[in-house]
Amino acid sequence: MNGLFTLHWTWLLAIIGMGLATYTTRISGLLLMRGVVVEGRLKAALDAVPPSVLMAVITPTVLMTGKAESLAAIATALAAFLRAPLLVTILVGMVSVVGLRWLGF
Amino acid sequence: MTTAAKSFASEFRAGFIDMAPMLLAYAPVAMLWGASAAGKGFSVLEAFLMSALVYAGASQFVAIDMWREPLPIVLMIVTIFIVNLRHMLYAASISRSMGEIKPSLHPFLIYVLTDEAWAIAERRALKGPLSLGYYVGVAVPLWPTWFIFSAIGAFVGKDLGDPVVIGLDFAFAAMFISILMGFWKGPRTGAVIAVSGAVAALAKYFIAGGWYILLGGLAGVAAAAALHSEDEK
Repeated sequence: MNGLFTLHWTWLLAIIGMGLATYTTRISGLLLMRGVVVEGRLKAALDAVPPSVLMAVITPTVLMTGKAESLAAIATALAAFLRAPLLVTILVGMVSVVGLRWLGF
Repeated sequence: MTTAAKSFASEFRAGFIDMAPMLLAYAPVAMLWGASAAGKGFSVLEAFLMSALVYAGASQFVAIDMWREPLPIVLMIVTIFIVNLRHMLYAASISRSMGEIKPSLHPFLIYVLTDEAWAIAERRALKGPLSLGYYVGVAVPLWPTWFIFSAIGAFVGKDLGDPVVIGLDFAFAAMFISILMGFWKGPRTGAVIAVSGAVAALAKYFIAGGWYILLGGLAGVAAAAALHSEDEK
């Protein structure tokens, strides 16, 4: 048991530092775009941010973990393609990954 | 009730409903994080503070993994910064859809922009500019959920079950896949995804740390810019 309200001062310093670092990443995106006219090539680039970053985020799980995860990802994408609601799609992913692991994939 | 207040309430409700499935995923993951933090000696207060102030799940797991005495504070701050750099792209992209929200609120609203809140907001932004109510409904309730359940996890400690057994470890990937499909606009999207995935995989394999998200993301964005021809709108 670590105590409920113990506070190491160096730990607090680290936490505040990490909080500031994280907020910097968030606010810098806003500041960067201030007064920028978004059109043409820049618009094409920014429009690609969501699919591109989402793909990068899921790559280790979907492509580099195992067969069960990769196959479950295909099942999930199929459910999304068939316009299943978000919660249903997530459940399809979770159920298929558990099932595939259970089957020994 | 004024029209503005009324529409804030209905927009908030719309955002809250779109985000609600995420509350169910945030709570156990936050508890899991809190329990791992407790394993490194965190008190309930410290776990609460870290989840409230940093509020970026993946990077918090990375930080806990690095946690040891003496604390490598500078290395940890730099690592967390790198892992979280993707938020810069999120904020730059979503800010284009925040034109109808008072600019003085933007610095506060951006504080609660997580992967999940951003992904859901971007999906809505495909249909038009975001309202304040919708953004708040999507992004704000996740924040207390995250820090309250982190504190609970730290209190409960190591006795939590294995998330792999119920497939919880796959929940966020499944959500991102679902939202990713919503951005499909034809073969060019396919090219963006292929480039991003390939570069992210290489980066994950060859470079330690959290660089793969940023490198993969930027590579896909660069591909989109390269495929753009000047004569189109």
